[in-house]
Amino acid sequence: MSWTALLLLAAGGYALKAAGPLLLGDRELPPHAERLLALAAVPLLAALVVVQTFAVGQDLVLDARAPALAVAAVCVWRRAPFLVTVLAAAATAALLRWAA
Amino acid sequence: MSSRPYLPSAVGIGVATGVYGGSFGVLAVGAGLSPAQACAMSILVFTGGSQFAAIGVIGAGGSAPAAVGSALLLGVRNAAYGLSMASVLRGSLFKRALASHLVIDESTAMARAQDDPDHARGAFFATGIAIFVLWNLGTFVGAMVGGELDPERYGLDAMFPAAFLALLAPQLRQRSAPALALIGALIAVAFVPWTPAGLPVVAAALALLIAVRSR
Repeated sequence: MSWTALLLLAAGGYALKAAGPLLLGDRELPPHAERLLALAAVPLLAALVVVQTFAVGQDLVLDARAPALAVAAVCVWRRAPFLVTVLAAAATAALLRWAA
Repeated sequence: MSSRPYLPSAVGIGVATGVYGGSFGVLAVGAGLSPAQACAMSILVFTGGSQFAAIGVIGAGGSAPAAVGSALLLGVRNAAYGLSMASVLRGSLFKRALASHLVIDESTAMARAQDDPDHARGAFFATGIAIFVLWNLGTFVGAMVGGELDPERYGLDAMFPAAFLALLAPQLRQRSAPALALIGALIAVAFVPWTPAGLPVVAAALALLIAVRSR
């Protein structure tokens, strides 16, 4: 990743955070607009989950990451801490690859 | 000190985030960023979900525009947080500009959990500052250690989907969020064979058009 891309990301990310505190002041946004903004992350995070699990470049594959995700899902469902969840996923994939 | 009831939780969240920052540092270096870039990203971008998205796309061979695009789309929720925090974050332009950098999931959630406006402000800054310090410390340590690890052998690539799932789970409590998640995932899978890495995630934002229509 180039430094230019990194700085663009920093500038864009800051603009999103600062829009409210710097421009809005005491005015309020319509509730449905605020709700929509809050929902924006949901489809993207779901997309990241499936792409990072099943894609290698432009191919869809089933490898050690899929069972690792299943283990992570159980951790999230049991309300395990973040670190436990990601380490359990890593350990699952590492073990399966080692066994293969 | 009962005058600052939020302090213990703020520090606790900060410590947990420090560990999370460690995993970011390891994965960022594994995805090909230099340790300096990993640290710069945590200082300047300072929003975990977007940072993980950017290095995830880069690590999968995606282009820089796709990485920046998906990271910024994920950062849109910070705009919602900033808008809802505007009444809490009063003061001079300079103070508001500095406070804006701390607008993230955890600081906003802690501020919203307080009944008293002064406490909301205090909780926002205590949480934001604790996380900023420990997230960056964690990134530094992770980036230093990360170069030593072979990502596939230790299953580091499987940490990405697990991390995104852990970020997604609390968001699913919002109304119509589960349906949006499903549609986003389906769009992404449909785009994978036809578009370069990174674009399927950006395309998943199309799911929001459905949310606009059905509100």
